[in-house]
Amino acid sequence: MTAKEKILYFIYLHRTGLTVTGLTLALVLFPLFEDNPYTLGLTNLIAIYVIIVVGLNLFIGYAGQISLGHAAFFGLGAYGSAIATVTFGLPAWPAMAGVALLVALVALLVGVPTLRLSGHYLAMATLGGNIVVHTVMLQWDQVTGGPSGFPGIPFLSIGGFVFDDEVRLHYLLWSFALLALLLALNLVRSGVGRGLAALAGDETAAAALGVDTRRAKIKVFVLSAVFASIAGSLFAHCYSFISPDSFDIFASTDLAIMVVVGGMGSIWGSLIGAGLLTLLPEWIDVFENYKDLVHGLVLVLILMFLPRGLMTGLYEMIRNRWVLKGQKNAAS
Amino acid sequence: MLHLDEVSKKFGGLPALDRVCFSVPRGRVTALIGPNGAGKSTLINCVTGVLEPTSGSIRFAAQQLVGRPPHAIARLGIARTFQNLKLFPRLSVLDNVLTGLTCEAGRSLTMAMLRLPYLRHRERQLKLRALEALDRFGLADKARLPVAVLAYGDKKRVELARACVAEPQLVLLDEPVAGLNADETAAIGEQLKRLRGAGQTLLLVEHDMELVMGIADQVVVLDSGRCIARGTPDEVRSNPLVLEAYLGQMEATA
Repeated sequence: MTAKEKILYFIYLHRTGLTVTGLTLALVLFPLFEDNPYTLGLTNLIAIYVIIVVGLNLFIGYAGQISLGHAAFFGLGAYGSAIATVTFGLPAWPAMAGVALLVALVALLVGVPTLRLSGHYLAMATLGGNIVVHTVMLQWDQVTGGPSGFPGIPFLSIGGFVFDDEVRLHYLLWSFALLALLLALNLVRSGVGRGLAALAGDETAAAALGVDTRRAKIKVFVLSAVFASIAGSLFAHCYSFISPDSFDIFASTDLAIMVVVGGMGSIWGSLIGAGLLTLLPEWIDVFENYKDLVHGLVLVLILMFLPRGLMTGLYEMIRNRWVLKGQKNAAS
Repeated sequence: MLHLDEVSKKFGGLPALDRVCFSVPRGRVTALIGPNGAGKSTLINCVTGVLEPTSGSIRFAAQQLVGRPPHAIARLGIARTFQNLKLFPRLSVLDNVLTGLTCEAGRSLTMAMLRLPYLRHRERQLKLRALEALDRFGLADKARLPVAVLAYGDKKRVELARACVAEPQLVLLDEPVAGLNADETAAIGEQLKRLRGAGQTLLLVEHDMELVMGIADQVVVLDSGRCIARGTPDEVRSNPLVLEAYLGQMEATA
């Protein structure tokens, strides 16, 4: 091996670790170059979505299922933390963990019967679940504040350090987002992750390899609900005000679209999906008004032409062409 | 090692399997043959838990298989290949073979997410075993390729490697050479012979008579869901019932 080949091989071998390190470095330095609170507000929102989308991507891209109701778990996390800290005066961090546990329990109870379904039926069931949760948030005024929302949620703090401005929140939220990415990357590169990839590929084959398909689906569903719940808690403490609008079924479909744009089964794609869908309405004014229409169109086009999702689809297409070309060259 | 006793399977009253009895002895190659629609695939699906027999018992090393879900049967050490390939096209060849070691890779999501040192160590060992299996099946140079770009014959070999990598007690092969040309068939035949030499117990469902007669220790003939003959390849070849099942069919189609 020449020195150049050695370096390239090293990069290939440690590609995940190097990407994580690079991303961490970029995120640590980001506020030094960009101190516009508006921009930081946007990237912070992306961080929150990344946490949910990573979890949802495991469920859609790895367990091979569909959920159009994850905004419900996001909302349960947000309202759970709001009620626990404001109404009951509990400390924020333990409340966040407790709420995540409760949401895990809810996901388990919902998941056991619904995950017997698949395809359209599962999509409808999760959509229905979301509508129920959203309606409760709207109607149960005394507890949730109803349509006018829930104000006065305290900021998070560690010791005396309060996460109350955009730069501080940047570090807090992106730490969580990176942690979520890291955990998911570890999972998909493990034997358990391969079992899940098998499940997404073909259920009969996965079962023949010893994957308990029903159990695996429920586990990943609960895991993704916990990710969404934690993102919800962070969302509540970060904006100190929440309203049911953020957790309706359109929020859920947006989350699913983020997964599809990023690419099913692509953990890094989650970052791109969450980023693009959050930033596009900012870049293009038309988007603002016709957001749902454009999102629907994007979803349909991607599913028609790249059913594995935008990033994954393009990557696999290019990779397969490249490999085939290499084989042809070797043959001739 | 595998004992089928009076196994019947009815689809809406129509018998697909009718009181089938036979045993697969350890360390031997048992071939299951029969005309199209004889019930061979139904039988494989009953053994692997994809279908549940209407009646009868299937025992594997003293364990009753009837009523167990497919993953539980797989965990007992029964691996299989599929008639129409069921590979995972977006995974690499190596990862496809690694899925054959899922049972040994651990099941806890939490442990996997934390990537503890013991799991990393185990992962390295599994990878070595998968690479070894690829080497045995002549796929070592293709380990990093995505399965989607492989030729059909190579895909068949990947599936064979995936089924054998965990060194299961019993491997069910559902038409391993269907759709292959003569050279590829010969190559797979060589590999099956090598497996047999290593003492691997095989249950082979196949149409290719030459392959079956070349490697089987025991042949079981199914016709219309019934087991019509059982014996060594030579015995079966001269059995009048078998000739009738095959030749009668040929006359009918001629």
